[in-house]
Amino acid sequence: MSKILIRGAKVLGGEPQDVLIDGGTIAAVGAGLSAGGAEVVEADGKVLLPGLVDLHTHLREPGREDSETVLTGTRAAASGGYTTVFAMANTFPVADTAGVVEQVWRLGQEHGYCDVQPIGAVTVGLEGKKLAELGAMHESAAGVTVFSDDGKCVHDAVIMRRALEYVKAFGGVVAQHAQEPRLTEGAEMNEGIVSAELGLGGWPAVAEESIIARDVLLADHVGSRVHICHLSTAGSVEIVRWAKSRGIAVTAEVTPHHLLLTDELVRTYNPVYKVNPPLRTERDVMALREALADGTIDIVATDHAPHPHEDKDCEWAAAAMGMVGLETALSVVQETMVDTGLLDWAGVADRMSVKPAQIGQATGHGRPVSAGEPANLTLVDTAYRGLVEPAGFASRSRNTPYEGRELPGRVTHTWLRGKATLVDGKLT
Amino acid sequence: MQRHLISAADLTRDDAVLILDTAEEMARVADRPIKKLPTLRGRTIVNLFFEDSTRTRISFEAAEKRLSADVINFTAKGSSVSKGESLKDTAQTLEAMGVDAVVIRHGASGAPYRLANSGWIDAVVVNAGDGTHQHPTQALLDAFTMRRRLIGPDAGLGQDLDGKRITLVGDVLHSRVARSNVDLLHTLGAEVTLVAPPTLLPVGIETWPCEVSYDLDSTLPKSDAVMMLRVQRERMNAAFFPTEREYSRRYGLDGDRMARMPEHAIVMHPGPMVRGMEITAEVADSDRCTVVEQVANGVSIRMAVLYLLLGGNEPAVTHPRTEEK
Repeated sequence: MSKILIRGAKVLGGEPQDVLIDGGTIAAVGAGLSAGGAEVVEADGKVLLPGLVDLHTHLREPGREDSETVLTGTRAAASGGYTTVFAMANTFPVADTAGVVEQVWRLGQEHGYCDVQPIGAVTVGLEGKKLAELGAMHESAAGVTVFSDDGKCVHDAVIMRRALEYVKAFGGVVAQHAQEPRLTEGAEMNEGIVSAELGLGGWPAVAEESIIARDVLLADHVGSRVHICHLSTAGSVEIVRWAKSRGIAVTAEVTPHHLLLTDELVRTYNPVYKVNPPLRTERDVMALREALADGTIDIVATDHAPHPHEDKDCEWAAAAMGMVGLETALSVVQETMVDTGLLDWAGVADRMSVKPAQIGQATGHGRPVSAGEPANLTLVDTAYRGLVEPAGFASRSRNTPYEGRELPGRVTHTWLRGKATLVDGKLT
Repeated sequence: MQRHLISAADLTRDDAVLILDTAEEMARVADRPIKKLPTLRGRTIVNLFFEDSTRTRISFEAAEKRLSADVINFTAKGSSVSKGESLKDTAQTLEAMGVDAVVIRHGASGAPYRLANSGWIDAVVVNAGDGTHQHPTQALLDAFTMRRRLIGPDAGLGQDLDGKRITLVGDVLHSRVARSNVDLLHTLGAEVTLVAPPTLLPVGIETWPCEVSYDLDSTLPKSDAVMMLRVQRERMNAAFFPTEREYSRRYGLDGDRMARMPEHAIVMHPGPMVRGMEITAEVADSDRCTVVEQVANGVSIRMAVLYLLLGGNEPAVTHPRTEEK
């Protein structure tokens, strides 16, 4: 592997520096480094971050290769500046056995665009009844440490308790999709002023908050750690804040779309805005931003959820829930957190790389940009502003809520252990 | 007026009064020996019904035929829809057959809005009821009935419902009729009160332009019209209320309650009625109950809406009158 000199990059948004990559490792960081024989990338004031880590991606393979595959999903990830994605377990078949998680992991290795760390299902078939073989998935080649029934809530309190306890044996963590099922029967959008007018089934905030409250108390009781997926309400923020103040081992994620979009958009009945959990209110959006800034919410995770066109080109009730997010996440975070002054680039690196890598135990990712560290890096042109054009996505699916919206920031380069996966905005 | 009729909230006061006035003209046609106008001759209207609704479909069909339109009835049962065809493909298939307007009834809230605004088809879209969202022609026929009864067919021309006190009682949560009526009656200047058990009122109702009460008895003396909404017995099983009898006792309209209404006040119901549940036979069959009248008015209103959306600049009635001579 050749040497690369990134010249004049603002490392974590700081003063411009040169970064020399040798093989898979950062060889040196400093001012006026000599190129030697290295290939030179003129960063020209762009921001250099550790490669992004997404704790919540749906790659759809196996089973729904019409919407995404490990290949197209990891290419989308590299385009968005990611060097690791955690692949959710709700595939067909469900990733509830060592065999399925190893297959997904191996596909990621073969394609080489991005490390793929499979998430194992908590329960067999995501049915919430019987624990999947969590230990076997952990001991497999995939080395699963994060378990989730995402898409469904582990709603049975006893099953959740057992799962939280069981994974302690090998340092695992359960990532909960907090959705009380009875309170969300027939739910189609956030329950409130807009749902009342539109006549769409209400999805109350309390359906999320009650599960989070239960689970932080369970985690406290059994001395486990718990991770909350896609936290979406101001009330959830309050509960997590309270739990952290009590020393409970809880971490939480927020999606880019919940940092930017509100349920007012549902007035168009355009299913591109249909997502689980649903878009909430302006008040929730502001609370989520504040919580991400003050660390109550630990990380940004995309919940990248590809769907084929026909599953969105229909009436609201018939549409699938979810949005693609890998290729727009950093832009949305810049728009909502950096350009608003809530977070600096070091903060972005922390929320989108360092912390997610820690929660998911992604070795070699989310490391400091300094000599001797693995060369997992992302270069961002933060001065750029442009319209989101889904036609240019590397993802197989186009179900983005940002089509035609102007957003800041563009990832120009991504390096995975020193190998460029994205150069000048083009996949290698 | 907008190109489509999707929501009662899309109508301005002047739009709504124009529709009511036009319906009044259409109603006169119904009194003639030949009840047909040539206005929409050569135009094709499809009644695209994804939900069973015999009365609404027949009402639209009668309106379309009286305007001399060519009518295609499409019901989802036994059609390609039941084999998994999408709304988009169904609509495009029908439009390819040269349809000028689509009257759509659909179980999904927002389906007519999607049909009108997704670039799928060019035809005019009329919402004949979508999910728990809107049923604008129902609200129009209700307003028409109120104006005729409370002001008068002729005296009402050009008038709105300024200051009229209208009470809607029942399952507001699941009712597209309630949503449409609140929007339209507010636009027409009426004062609306919704009465229901708290379980059957949506969260978020506080922004609606109306009052909300849990107490029927105190509202009745202050009502010029009381509209009873249908309450499905199944709601009981989802714990919206304990029993049918308790619902009836607290929110049903019987003779005693009707006696508390002002003498001029009317009782309305969009149908189909659940006798013994929200309304007793005594009330349903009384002179003050306008249920049958509402059905007749429904045809006039739908004629007016289709005429105004499709008829262009041709006068609706003047022309045919001369022709008939």
